[in-house]
Amino acid sequence: MTSIRLRINGAAVADEVPPRVSLADFLRERRNLTGTHLGCEHGVCGACTVLVDGEPARSCLMLAVACDERAVETIEGFAGDRVIATLRRTFHQHHALQCGYCTPAMLITARDLILRKRTGSEREIRDGLAGNICRCTGYTNIVAAIAEAAQEIGREAPNAQ
Amino acid sequence: MKAPPVDYIRPRSLTEAVDLLAHASVEARVIAGGQSLLAMMNLRVASPRLLIDIARLPELLGVADHADTVSLGACVTHAAIEDGRVPDPSRGLMPRVASTLAYRAIRTCGTIGGSLALSDPAAEWPAVLAALDAEVVVYGSSGRRLLECTEFATGIFVTRLASAEIIESVRIPKRSAETRWGYLKLSRKAGEFANALAVVVADPAGEYYRAVSGAANGAPLVLADTSRLLAEGRRDPDALRGAIGRDLNRASDRHFDDFQRNLHSVASMRAVQQVLV
Repeated sequence: MTSIRLRINGAAVADEVPPRVSLADFLRERRNLTGTHLGCEHGVCGACTVLVDGEPARSCLMLAVACDERAVETIEGFAGDRVIATLRRTFHQHHALQCGYCTPAMLITARDLILRKRTGSEREIRDGLAGNICRCTGYTNIVAAIAEAAQEIGREAPNAQ
Repeated sequence: MKAPPVDYIRPRSLTEAVDLLAHASVEARVIAGGQSLLAMMNLRVASPRLLIDIARLPELLGVADHADTVSLGACVTHAAIEDGRVPDPSRGLMPRVASTLAYRAIRTCGTIGGSLALSDPAAEWPAVLAALDAEVVVYGSSGRRLLECTEFATGIFVTRLASAEIIESVRIPKRSAETRWGYLKLSRKAGEFANALAVVVADPAGEYYRAVSGAANGAPLVLADTSRLLAEGRRDPDALRGAIGRDLNRASDRHFDDFQRNLHSVASMRAVQQVLV
């Protein structure tokens, strides 16, 4: 067991983990943050995407012990986030999910695309989503929901980062 | 699946990391971004007993902008290169390449040194750094040594890195403002590993011309005839296509089937055309 101290969704956490435990399993099984989903466990499906020190990362390809002294944000931690709130509404309006398994990571990835201004065209959104697999929707409605959220955020704060 | 049981150490210096690696009594692996190693461990393709985490070592995160070269620490991430957060010696080639490499959530963790150390034949950096005539700075118990990127990989997942050596940095020559480059990655889906990869760098002021084929069933393949024709200023497509064909045929050890050979030929020609435009 290795001791780690990190911040999860803003709160300081201290815990002990065996080194082989992924950040995803640590979040789900030790912290009960089950909004982070595991699909493939080798970095292809994107369902486990969280933020580590503010940047999207695959929590299946990161050891919990390597997150010592880092800050992790999971889908449960975006309650006050304006971009996620907008995305949640446009995903609802466009029916951008069916089973919902990929949705938490879709939202986190879409938020990152919007903040980095990578939503200029349908092609750009689709390229940006290439690392998040959805087996239900065929992506059309997800792309439409992200495009609308990006436009709305852009109108509100054209120069915001 | 889940990774097998493993021990984990985060050394405080590069010297300590090399010592741990040299004196480990069990199979030890260096881990940087872990974007390939942890996938391999989860798939149980790799089962090291000890992980030595170098991702946060300050010596490996350094960046230096010299007169003729840029030095990037081994643990500089693909995302840092994509975003222009580190100096770019390549006149835009490296940020462009980084933006096509896997997915953003991989690029924020994966490192340039890790990509070289693994030398997946289908990876971008080994081919691109060979095309840029970069050198790898390697650190081990007996000190530093320099290896040319064109000779660093010797085969599929095989490099000249010794068992107790760690890549410290990559030194990339700066290209002149006249530089043109071509880059073409053929893959069925954005972010996947390449089926064929072509990189062409043409710097008339530096009298430097090099075409490299990547994802070529082995180490990056320098297209010698094609590079020479570009250096001679040849622009006719048939001559260049012929040179690409000769270069690919000469690489009989790659055992390209007709489909692969055609993919590499098309990728190389399109990358060459980007330089000629």
